[in-house]
Amino acid sequence: MDLNTFWFILIVILFIGFFFLEGFDYGVGILLPFVGRNEKERSVVISSIGPFWDANEVWLLTAGGAIFAAFPNWYATMFSAFYLALVVMLVALILRGVAFEFRNREENETWRKFWDWAIFGGSLVPALLWGVAIANVLAGIKIDAKKQYIGTFFDLLTPYTLLGGLAFVALFALHGGIFLTLKTEGEILERAYKFTWYAYVPAVILVAGFVIAGYFATDIFKGLGINPGVPAVGAAAALLASGYFVKIRRSGWGFIMTGLTIVLATLAMFQGLYPRVLISNIDPKNSLTVYNASSSEYTLGVMSWVAISFVPIMLLYQAWNYWVFRKRVSIKSHGHL
Amino acid sequence: MDALMLARWQFGITTIYHFFFVPLTLGLSLLVAIFQTAYVRTDSDTYKRMTQFWGKLFLINFAMGVVTGIVQEFQFGMNWSEYSRFVGDIFGAPLAIEALLAFFLESTFVGVWIFGWGRLNKRLHLASIWLVVVGSNISALWILIANSFMQQPVGYTLRNGRAEMTDFGALLTNPNLWVQWPHVFTAGVATASFFVIGISAWHLLRKKGDLDLFRKSASIAMATAIIASMLVALVGHTQAQHMVQTQPMKMASAEALWNSESPASFSIFTIGDENANKDVFAIRLPTLLSILSYNNTSGEVKGINDLQTEYEKTYGPGDYIPPVWVVYWSFRAMVGAGGLMIVLSLYGLYLVISRKLSTRSWYLKLMLVAMALPYIANSSGWIMTEIGRQPWIVFGLMTTEKGVSTAVGAESVLISVVIFTLLYGALAVVDVYLLAKYARDDASAKPENSEEADLVGAY
Ligand code: HDD
Ligand code: HEM
Ligand code: HEM
Repeated sequence: MDLNTFWFILIVILFIGFFFLEGFDYGVGILLPFVGRNEKERSVVISSIGPFWDANEVWLLTAGGAIFAAFPNWYATMFSAFYLALVVMLVALILRGVAFEFRNREENETWRKFWDWAIFGGSLVPALLWGVAIANVLAGIKIDAKKQYIGTFFDLLTPYTLLGGLAFVALFALHGGIFLTLKTEGEILERAYKFTWYAYVPAVILVAGFVIAGYFATDIFKGLGINPGVPAVGAAAALLASGYFVKIRRSGWGFIMTGLTIVLATLAMFQGLYPRVLISNIDPKNSLTVYNASSSEYTLGVMSWVAISFVPIMLLYQAWNYWVFRKRVSIKSHGHL
Repeated sequence: MDALMLARWQFGITTIYHFFFVPLTLGLSLLVAIFQTAYVRTDSDTYKRMTQFWGKLFLINFAMGVVTGIVQEFQFGMNWSEYSRFVGDIFGAPLAIEALLAFFLESTFVGVWIFGWGRLNKRLHLASIWLVVVGSNISALWILIANSFMQQPVGYTLRNGRAEMTDFGALLTNPNLWVQWPHVFTAGVATASFFVIGISAWHLLRKKGDLDLFRKSASIAMATAIIASMLVALVGHTQAQHMVQTQPMKMASAEALWNSESPASFSIFTIGDENANKDVFAIRLPTLLSILSYNNTSGEVKGINDLQTEYEKTYGPGDYIPPVWVVYWSFRAMVGAGGLMIVLSLYGLYLVISRKLSTRSWYLKLMLVAMALPYIANSSGWIMTEIGRQPWIVFGLMTTEKGVSTAVGAESVLISVVIFTLLYGALAVVDVYLLAKYARDDASAKPENSEEADLVGAY
């Protein structure tokens, strides 16, 4: 395997980590107004992701940094192409980030409501936009021979890409709902189960719809023929299984299943993309690949050593963080979290 | 305005805003860690409440640092895509490493610290705040590695139409970095020290609440303030010497030195004519600039006009002169603030030692206002550093106008400038409101076994 492929894989791993981890905390944010009926309950719901969300977000920052370092042309073309969408995403992430810190700093009811809505919107919008972005990457965008995006903002919004956005929202809501059932107690737990179930049906329909539409809108299944491959089949099976586990209230298993769905689906999408990283729908020759978008051999080599040395350490202390705060949160206990 | 101008404004606004919060994070995490260490060692309740009082302010500030930082990370690709293509091979690496080494560490352990009160054993909990200190300062180190490359490109070769890395070690040992990072670190400590002294002064003036706590806070911060202010000036001096060697045009602009002089004079006050490139009115101290530049009374310091001629020979025709008045006055603002900070903290130290701090109300009032000084110095320091480098985005290699995204139209950038400005403005109001609210808390002991007492930042 060459270094270009190695870095592609590393970036896929970062995206998997990001979608898996931030996926549930976006999901918790999306379900916040439904599961938390009053201000106290919403505090509990937010506390369930309190110690985790910031580090989860860093998975995104690291993925962005890694793309910049390993594939500067990918970073430059994609980020300038998605300009306005990214502005919207940044606004959402900014409001969401400060909301966690500011919300409890004031007793006032209106104040807290405002920040609760910021957490809801700040979770919903990025989830939607990530779906739209990934769908655009799979379907291809208008890239010319100079590696420049020549379309407009509205070219990025097609029925297919919007379907992708909705599928991400539903899947993250399901994933986050199951996370809540693992972290809460009493009435909140009951409501978490209820809304997780409500999220399940749309998630299955939208994800299935997104995959089927993908057969027509993209070429990523072309290479695979009738057999879509282990990751894709596994993702579908895991998604179906998660519903069963929610029904019988084994949410530990349910969480593993939605987690698997996210991991395998991300794998399947990037597998179909490889060796391209950004598809041109004007001319396949204009597509960015792990070869024509990459940094030099030397830089990739240096970065590989850095990644191999420090990723394991980072994984260890993050795992430790989840272990330290493994207890359920409740109205009585959440203050101490 | 065209896309280039707008992108520059956006970068300037968002970066300076980000850097309002960064220095306080760098320094206040350290002070909180020191307070908490004192608590763990002595088990004193005062130190515990001290940790929690300053810890809350730290967290409110930290949140703003985090969210404004995300914009920075994306902005290079969004607005400066051609810059990113040209230097990504080198510049992307420190950014990625910063996220991997520093952001994960900071964000994980700040969570552990917030939620770990009363849950973790005391030493482990103390370790988590120290890891936040380490994480923030490693983050500063790596972003400054990236920035130092823009000031003084090293370890690269021009190949395949871009700058490619040939020596990673050279990036880490970039001489610019090792004057820049100590300067930023000590500036951060100075910022936090003045912050703590200023707020403590307010409580001491008011004579309510736990005065012992605020006296202790002010005393510790006075010690760090004097050390940091002296060091930041000392390092700044070596930075200026370094600048004469590597970016003489920046120094010439900072001094409004139109023509080369040997020995060179130091400007106290200059009104210049930028069109004619000469002084209209100036007060200059003879020889001082040569002394500052070389620790020596002789020695030529090159002037703007001569450098312009020289650069035209090296780089081809063009205007290589940055907006002189901006560089000149931002340098004066920074150094002026720095000088005042040294004087104020020296006098403060005398008051602390002679136990007169609480009674000198004019000094306490002054220190309340002096909280602004490090903020002025930080912003003007960056303005000087970045504008003084113009027209280059990477010194000698790429001009700023070549770095801007070609795929992003002016309307798009205008929309984002407006959105970010409004959002940042609104958040500034909320942030200042919250900081003021928590700074006014009298920090007195809460009833024993009250949950509140343990709650630093639980959501
Ligand atoms: C506050 C801190 C600060 C920091 C950390 C940096 N800069 Fe800077 N930069 C500025 C402060 C600044 C500035 C003073 O705000 C400038 C000068 C003029 C302007 O509009 O913004 C600026 C200008 C500026 C511009 C626009 C060109 C211009 O208008 O002059 C670019 C593309 C960069 N810088 C790039 C960087 C990069 C890639 C940095 C990362 C390492 C960086 N700067 C660190
Ligand atoms: C212009 C270049 C810069 C970029 C791309 C950048 C990027 C970022 C990002 C993405 C964050 C959020 C991290 C999180 O979510 O935890 C952040 C925060 C921070 N940055 Fe910046 N930054 C820049 C300038 C600087 C400079 C010059 C320094 C220090 C000298 C600095 C030090 C910090 C610190 C200490 C934080 C505090 C909060 C945190 O890291 O979580 N940054 N920055
Ligand atoms: C009092 C004497 C001071 C001197 C002689 C001094 C000198 C300098 C110089 C020469 C630079 C530009 C370096 C370059 O462009 O290569 C600089 C930048 C800077 N200064 Fe100062 N400085 C002083 C005080 C301060 C103080 C008190 C603060 C803040 C509390 C501060 C904060 C900064 C910052 C944030 C930068 C930009 C980052 C950098 O390039 O290091 N400075 N200073």
